[in-house]
Amino acid sequence: MIAEKYMEGNVRIPSGCAISGIINTDGKKINGEDIIKSIEVMHDRSNGLGGGFAAYGIYPKYKDYYAFHLFFDDNISKKECEKYLERNYDIVEVSVMKTRKTVSITNVPLIYKYFILPKKSVLERLQLDEREFVVRSVMKINSEFKGCFVFSSGKNMGAFKAVGYPEDVGRFYRLEEYEGYSWTAHGRYPTNTPGWWGGAHPFTLLDYSIVHNGEISSYDANRRFIEMFGYTCTLLTDTEVITYMIDYLLRKKNLTMEEMTQVIAAPFWDTIEHMDEEDKKRYTYLRTVFNSMLITGPFSILLGFEGGLMALNDRLKLRSMVVGKKNDTVYIASEESAIRVVEKELDDIYAPKGGEGVIIKVKEGVL
Amino acid sequence: MAINFLYPKFEVIRNQDRCISCRVCERQCANEVHYYNEESKVMLSDESKCVCCHRCVSLCPTKALKIVKTDHTFRPHSSWNSEVIEDIYRQAETGGVLLSSMGNPKEYPVYFDKMLINASQVTNPSIDPLREPMETRVSLGKKNIDIERDENGKIVDNLPPQIKLEVPIMFSAMSYGSISYNAHESLARAAKELGIVYNTGEGGLHEDFYQYGKHTIVQVASGRFGVHKEYLNAGCAVEIKMGQGAKPGIGGHLPGEKVGEDISKTRMIPKGSDAISPAPHHDIYSIEDLRQLVFSLKEATNYTKPVIVKISAVHNVAAIASGIARSGADIIAIDGFRGGTGAAPTRIRDNVGIPIELALASVDERLRAEGIRNNVSLVVGGSIRSSADIVKAIALGADAVYIATSALMALGCHLCRNCQSGLCNWGIATQREDLVRRLNPNLGYKRVVNLINAWTHEIKEMMGGMGINSIESLKGNRLMLRGVGLNEKELEILGIKHAGE
Repeated sequence: MIAEKYMEGNVRIPSGCAISGIINTDGKKINGEDIIKSIEVMHDRSNGLGGGFAAYGIYPKYKDYYAFHLFFDDNISKKECEKYLERNYDIVEVSVMKTRKTVSITNVPLIYKYFILPKKSVLERLQLDEREFVVRSVMKINSEFKGCFVFSSGKNMGAFKAVGYPEDVGRFYRLEEYEGYSWTAHGRYPTNTPGWWGGAHPFTLLDYSIVHNGEISSYDANRRFIEMFGYTCTLLTDTEVITYMIDYLLRKKNLTMEEMTQVIAAPFWDTIEHMDEEDKKRYTYLRTVFNSMLITGPFSILLGFEGGLMALNDRLKLRSMVVGKKNDTVYIASEESAIRVVEKELDDIYAPKGGEGVIIKVKEGVL
Repeated sequence: MAINFLYPKFEVIRNQDRCISCRVCERQCANEVHYYNEESKVMLSDESKCVCCHRCVSLCPTKALKIVKTDHTFRPHSSWNSEVIEDIYRQAETGGVLLSSMGNPKEYPVYFDKMLINASQVTNPSIDPLREPMETRVSLGKKNIDIERDENGKIVDNLPPQIKLEVPIMFSAMSYGSISYNAHESLARAAKELGIVYNTGEGGLHEDFYQYGKHTIVQVASGRFGVHKEYLNAGCAVEIKMGQGAKPGIGGHLPGEKVGEDISKTRMIPKGSDAISPAPHHDIYSIEDLRQLVFSLKEATNYTKPVIVKISAVHNVAAIASGIARSGADIIAIDGFRGGTGAAPTRIRDNVGIPIELALASVDERLRAEGIRNNVSLVVGGSIRSSADIVKAIALGADAVYIATSALMALGCHLCRNCQSGLCNWGIATQREDLVRRLNPNLGYKRVVNLINAWTHEIKEMMGGMGINSIESLKGNRLMLRGVGLNEKELEILGIKHAGE
């Protein structure tokens, strides 16, 4: 077993990665097998030390409840955490996560799924809105409850992750038994052996899930800034800090998805100078106000959210990412091969420019 | 006459084989060290007057001169060293407070020299600033605003006033009076060309320099010299000077002999009168009073200029900064104990205040812990010596730096630390017309521009090495720093890891 001091959260671990995403804009359900096939092609972009998936629209029965996925080290930590949940939430269902024994997936923690809703009385006492309270609960559990980790906390969506190659992780979680309108996947190539399941991607908060390939050079500037607003970075990963930044900009600052991409992958000042007056004003304003939210260094990210998927590269496009379309399905992946393996005949395929946010939303009213 | 206990500190070594007795050294030395002996037809020197400013050395056409430190000695003693002994003699002779200028020369730790910068290898690429854009532009001012939208959902521009800088470097306050007209002109023109700003100091703004207003910070100090409505509105920002790193806790004094016609007009005081800035602002005895001055200045400038509050780095600087960040100020400037001055009591310069690196780290951390770092921008000064110091300061958490000594060095200052005499042979810290003329602003400003451009190139190279292409992503990015030879406590205060970690 690796020494505690080299564990995720105690050191910063740069990673290389593979990412893939599939979304149907008509809201039609896609079986989990497709995304496994897609990420499997990019096997060599991961090294077996982390893989994961996020799926949207998979819990229609409990779509109004927050689906918490948790890892526990043991039953003692589970009890502690459940006490906290019972005090603050109405719990409608608790179940063990369904998995299948897989040779290459070892050191399996206890994995549980809770469908819950914050108690009205608690929200009233704390004068918080529901989503803010859920965020704070996740922060609290992940930073204060030893041996507990919330790895999914959105409504009608879920994250599934583990230490291993992503295709093995997918089969371990029996993803072929899930149907979702949007999927993302991640294969990780960390530069040490974290051996901890929480460190795998996607990283999630509420219905936001992030898979990311890159190593951002602005990490500590971003982390120290975002931690001012009640977020606690416990994993020291890019994905974690990017998720919090996106949550802050979208949920707390009420920026649109597009404006958010213009903040974190802002165009160069030179480019802004040459824009028409209105754009110039807006971009200058956003860059100035949110100057500590700019992300530099290589990244390609897929942000899953309720009803959509967003893809973004760093402004120099230091990581590969392509977008393919076929009818009402959109594919995004680190490599074209990962798209072709699922859909040979595409209507369109292109590489988005650095800093150009690709925002795909499911048509209004179909979900 | 009493016995002179003091032996000259420097020796003027003149190579008589090279000396052609052109007497340029004699004409150039305002301290009157050199003289020509008609009888023996040789140049001689009175070394007791030498301040080691190298004016004669630089202008000697045959390189016949050099200045060396005397090896004359007292019986060596590690605590009663020659400096201590001489200071005692000096004070016994005069009964006065010792005066010095420029920054603290004592051997305190320089934390900048104990921090190392990171670079990318393998896992992410370094960026070549010659091939890719590398951004050094920053905006100083308040950023903690709520997003407002108009009826069409468009974002309303409610950004508070900012100072825009093409590089995060500003020339710190040096008053017209403490430095010459030509020195001010050089700095103002350099600031304009570089897209940065200079600072009037507490001496008002000469009417000739109103044209550089966009690149000028106008200062309001405890003496309120030269402060009026047009002055406040002339610059891009107003700075309230609460303290100066070289002399925390005390005011300033421009002797009457330096207050000539022009300075008298600019400062709005009678010609020949001493300009004395009190130690405190007598309308600010506490933080709530500061708030009132901040808002008085905002009213006077119709909320179009950011207000800077400049303090010196003292022991509880973090708490003070936290108070200022809630006072309505837009920018906090902190001046470290190694910062320069035109004149300060020696004991204060050498013993009061704390290093800027530690002050910066603790202020930045405190403001973040309190969630108010975004209320203000943070500017630090006081011994920023190179582009590497700037990169380190920004990585520790500064938005920009103030430099002064190095800018004066670009103009020719040789750090002889005798500004208080008013006899600056380089035409910088003097008001004597013949000396001021020696500094040609046309050449001077270009040298300052060169220095900042050179530093900007170096900053870009270091940023590129770290894989950072906007300096905003370096701000507070402490993972990019590692300490060497620092103890646990120092690392904790600086908020950085040790090299190898």
